[in-house]
Amino acid sequence: MPPPADAGGGIAVMRPGVSRVSLRRQRRRWGDTVFGSAVALTGGLVLVVIVGMVVFLVLQGLPAMQHYGFFSFITAGRWAPSEADPTLTHPNPYGILQFMYGMLITSLIGMIIAVPLAIGAALVITEIAPRRLQRPLSSLVDLLAAVPSVVYGFWGIFALIPAIRPIVDFLTSTLGTVPVIGVVFGGPFFGVSYFTAGLVLAIMILPIIAAVWREVFRSTPRNEKEAAFALGATRWEMIRIAVMPRARSGIVGASLIGLGRALGETIAVTMVIGNAVLHINPSVFSQGATMSSVIANEFTEATEPFHLSALFVVGFWLLVVALIVNVVARTVVRRGVAL
Amino acid sequence: MSQLAIASGAMRNRPALRRRRAKSGVYTGLLIAALLVAVGALAWVLVYVGVEGFSAISVNFLTHNPPGDPAAAGGGFFNGIIGSLIVVGIAAGIAIPLGIGAAVYLVEYGKGSAPGAIRFVNDVLIGIPTIVTGAFVYAIWVTHFGFSGFAGSLALAIVMLPLVTRTTEEMLRLVPNDLREGSLALGATRSQTVLRICLPTALPGIITGAMLAVARAMGETAPLLLTALGNELFTEFNPGRRMETLSLQIFTNAFTGFKEAQSRAWAGALTLIAIVLILTAAARFFGRRVRTAGP
Repeated sequence: MPPPADAGGGIAVMRPGVSRVSLRRQRRRWGDTVFGSAVALTGGLVLVVIVGMVVFLVLQGLPAMQHYGFFSFITAGRWAPSEADPTLTHPNPYGILQFMYGMLITSLIGMIIAVPLAIGAALVITEIAPRRLQRPLSSLVDLLAAVPSVVYGFWGIFALIPAIRPIVDFLTSTLGTVPVIGVVFGGPFFGVSYFTAGLVLAIMILPIIAAVWREVFRSTPRNEKEAAFALGATRWEMIRIAVMPRARSGIVGASLIGLGRALGETIAVTMVIGNAVLHINPSVFSQGATMSSVIANEFTEATEPFHLSALFVVGFWLLVVALIVNVVARTVVRRGVAL
Repeated sequence: MSQLAIASGAMRNRPALRRRRAKSGVYTGLLIAALLVAVGALAWVLVYVGVEGFSAISVNFLTHNPPGDPAAAGGGFFNGIIGSLIVVGIAAGIAIPLGIGAAVYLVEYGKGSAPGAIRFVNDVLIGIPTIVTGAFVYAIWVTHFGFSGFAGSLALAIVMLPLVTRTTEEMLRLVPNDLREGSLALGATRSQTVLRICLPTALPGIITGAMLAVARAMGETAPLLLTALGNELFTEFNPGRRMETLSLQIFTNAFTGFKEAQSRAWAGALTLIAIVLILTAAARFFGRRVRTAGP
């Protein structure tokens, strides 16, 4: 309800003393303009932040970029800060290909595990579970997203690694000895590895993907589902012919949002990946590093020439990758469903 | 819909129907198994942290700072708990008003293509890795003023801002237009309509969104490594200086290799999870009230 004083102001226009009232009206209009401009400024803040991120990461990375060349970072795969010599510009001791590789391989492992699980969880919640179980089940899956990253990392070191060790040891002694593919599954396994990081990522992105899918599946028109049942479809056939076709773009978008999260996840990955920064390790069971983990791990100890600046270069490329993945994901999701 | 035609044609064929039912049963079973794995993972994490945490937590833990020697038993994360509250509190003080303002602009004031573009950028900002946010705040703040709790607050505010904006926007959209028109018809200005009609109506939903954002910020670690940095052993109330937070303490103590430090970290993890879950549960409680109160 608007305050009575203002309502009275509106009526007073009819009476003598118009100038005083119109003055008050003007002041009110002026206040309105100020308020409107203020919220417009806060609305524009996110644009400033995104642009500012790009600009300031480039500025901080500029010394290293100027010294070694803009593209030399993403064409080299050897990170050896102790070899940095301010008088040499070649070879670049701050190659970041192995971090890109680590980021992609851990995210890939995470996606391979999380995507089918999230599809299953979302379908059960929307299509199979009894109505009164739907809310509690959604809340449980959402809780996975509420657990802090640092707790997942800590749990990964002490609970997950001992649990997967026998399985991985078995894999390295069987698959690891097969020619050609053995390189990818080779040992020794020290616990911390790309694979461990991928597993933790899977648990972390599962609820994010499942949440988007739940909305996507829920948008299936009820009558189409009923039509499928009326024609004699079984539950699985109903899901396949009524629910899935509409969900396709949403499925891609949700996976990409999950991927974006996996690519940038920092603390949990830093805790379980081993932080082997020197070069690409071909086995998924060996130690490695990702773009974000190397920043978290070395930032406060960056003492070599151009070291800190090179870490900003890593941050810049991480931002570029994250921007691309998120822009594509949001475009796809937006076209598919209103989210 | 050719599959439907085939499906209905097969109805007359009993063995085929049985096969289809069996197939449906198998797939349904697989889907349920997927959900059970997800819920099982949650249970594993919560139970493990619960068991380790409860065996290490005590009143002493919540009221004392860590001992100077990481291998010594006893002590706690009092400084980190205080630090978390201060750093996240300041961040919330920055991000919640700005986020609400941005949402008001998007729903009540924006014209043309600007709101769409801002909403898109806002969604993209949600997906930006928080370590990048930390690096950004390091560049704009820490390089000039040094590591501080306030720098950590700035980083967390950037993490929270798009979350608050998005939930507030969704809630403002639920406010019926009749209310706005009624208010304007009675002679109220737009700003009065927003401040006295729209925001109060959407308040429970806004609180829910804000609490979820606070819960998220409580657990953030990566951006704080580059901004608040931590101070290990003493309680700091001045946000202008380096500050310890609960999340940072868990991170550093998990790696010390000393059993005593690790058990403090488990107690810290339990405390952090408890704070986050309480905030999330409270937010859901508010959220439920919104939905039942809505038209």
